[in-house]
Amino acid sequence: MKILVCISKTPDTTAKIAFTDNNTKFDGNGVQWIINPYDEWYSLVRAIELKEADASVVIHLVTVGAADADPIIRKALALGGDEAIRVNADSHDSYYVASQIAEVAKQGSYDLVFTGKETIDYNGSSIGGMLAELLDLPYIALASKFELAGTKAIVTREIEGGEETCEVALPAVISCQKGMAEARIPNMRGIMAARTKPLKVVEPVSADSLTGIQSFSLPPAKAGVKLVDPENVSELVRLLHEEAKAI
Amino acid sequence: MSVLVYIDTADGHVKKASLEAMTYGSKIAEQIGTSAEAVVLGPVNDDLTSLGKYGIKKIYNVANDSLNHLDAQVYTKVVAQVADAAGAKVIVFSNNTNGKAIAPRLSARLKAGFVSGAVALPETSPGFTVKKSVFSAKAFANVSVNTDIKIIALNPNAYQTIATDGTAEVISFNANVDPPKVKVTNVTKASGEVPLTEAEIVVSAGRGMKGPENWGMVEELAKTLHAATACSRPVADAHWRPHNEHVGQTGIAIAPNLYIAIGISGAIQHLAGVNRSKVIVVINKDPEAPFFKAADYGIVGDAFEVVPKFTEAIKKLKGVS
Ligand SMILES: Cc1cc2nc3c(=O)[nH]c(=O)nc-3n(C[C@H](O)[C@H](O)[C@H](O)COP(=O)(O)OP(=O)(O)OC[C@H]3O[C@@H](n4cnc5c(N)ncnc54)[C@H](O)[C@@H]3O)c2cc1C
Repeated sequence: MKILVCISKTPDTTAKIAFTDNNTKFDGNGVQWIINPYDEWYSLVRAIELKEADASVVIHLVTVGAADADPIIRKALALGGDEAIRVNADSHDSYYVASQIAEVAKQGSYDLVFTGKETIDYNGSSIGGMLAELLDLPYIALASKFELAGTKAIVTREIEGGEETCEVALPAVISCQKGMAEARIPNMRGIMAARTKPLKVVEPVSADSLTGIQSFSLPPAKAGVKLVDPENVSELVRLLHEEAKAI
Repeated sequence: MSVLVYIDTADGHVKKASLEAMTYGSKIAEQIGTSAEAVVLGPVNDDLTSLGKYGIKKIYNVANDSLNHLDAQVYTKVVAQVADAAGAKVIVFSNNTNGKAIAPRLSARLKAGFVSGAVALPETSPGFTVKKSVFSAKAFANVSVNTDIKIIALNPNAYQTIATDGTAEVISFNANVDPPKVKVTNVTKASGEVPLTEAEIVVSAGRGMKGPENWGMVEELAKTLHAATACSRPVADAHWRPHNEHVGQTGIAIAPNLYIAIGISGAIQHLAGVNRSKVIVVINKDPEAPFFKAADYGIVGDAFEVVPKFTEAIKKLKGVS
């Protein structure tokens, strides 16, 4: 069983969101970068659990990014995984990124590809689906549980107001979210081991970008909170009904 | 040429998010001087002709036993065939659970530029630029699409449904349908309750509720408002509430009309998933709770006293007791 786990570098969840160059670029000044939480907590940790249950499982990590993604991929290796591949390409749109990962996936003939359900910066939720189509494999989006069962997997995914459990033939692409696994922190042994795990850098294949970000903007600030006396809760109801027209 | 809207269904019924997508798609059609059409796969119990009132002229219905459950691979190929037959230039999905499974696949299949999480109509003269939510609703990006065919996934609750007059022509479309590789074995649904992502009103509670045994008043308030219930991450992590109620940056992102936060501090990661809500009410005993900065209305007080009174006052407004 060979698993490919897609890893993306994102700003820390508390990072200040600001833009430079006439609002065309994210302002990375003073920003701490982390492994996209969905990639780390859910897909990578679930893959590690599968390896813990069956030592023959091999985990490869892949990221598409410049050399500044190396600390992130090393951190992922410290959590677990056997080796990593970085496709040496600067940021592009999701189709471009999916095309690069598809190439890596084809070369490695994996039984399973895990992605996070989305990245917390661009919130695209699109790499997994695109990748599955480029590889012509089944795709389960927004998985909250994953079990292996021979050549199949039993996967639970989120649907509106509930969950759906299904069986899917492997190989398959799965996007992972909350429920898949519990978050972990790397230990010293993992950190030491990560230093010597192979991190292969490969050059990108030629691929198109189909979209481009023209500019960013911030939402307008809230007008400020209207406080209501706790002894006069019916006033809140009146405001919500008459002023906000929300109930 | 047309704008094609993907109609998503659950148990044979058209989802509310799809009504928004239809309204949105028909506005784009007006904007670029073409007509809006739609596609629906699998069994449907609703009257499809009446969806004309959301501006849809023609609906392609593909019924086939292999389409009774979602297999994104199979569905994508069928939607691609319909898109081809309809001469679709713009394809609109709802950015909901099924949309997230199908739309990106279709993008790769048609090599059509894809923007997910759209929050407004595209700018179409000149070019084609879509405003989307980024950084977990902390910012927006204007994304240009450079391909002949464009695919957009519209965020639920981001675009208001408008119903007018009109009927849609419904045609049954013969597509090549592959046998599914995904076999659905079980579906569990919180019955009678409102799905969180589609809810107009969400009542959410945090660690301030002290323990799961105190959720009765939260549920009572939600029931009174026909609202869905949600919670903060530590509440789900402690298994006080199910994981599918966890909202925020690492949970579900929602944008209801009204979000009521009870005993939630308003950490940045929580706000990231809820600050697209139109009206935010915060009930917290700490006047310094960061959530008040993001709120429209607030009560500084003890939830255990305020919430029951709040529910009573709403019942009075609605004339129930
Ligand atoms: C990478 C990362 C991702 C995260 N993602 C999420 C996420 O998706 N969603 C999420 O929610 N959190 C997330 N968090 C956690 C987040 O930082 C906060 O820890 C969490 O939201 C706090 O939950 P809370 O508000 O319920 O609890 P607390 O912060 O403990 O706040 C409880 C609040 O209840 C109030 N209170 C107490 N008693 C009462 C009472 N009797 N009446 C009224 N009010 C009372 C208190 O004043 C306090 O404000 C994330 C954290 C990290 C690091």
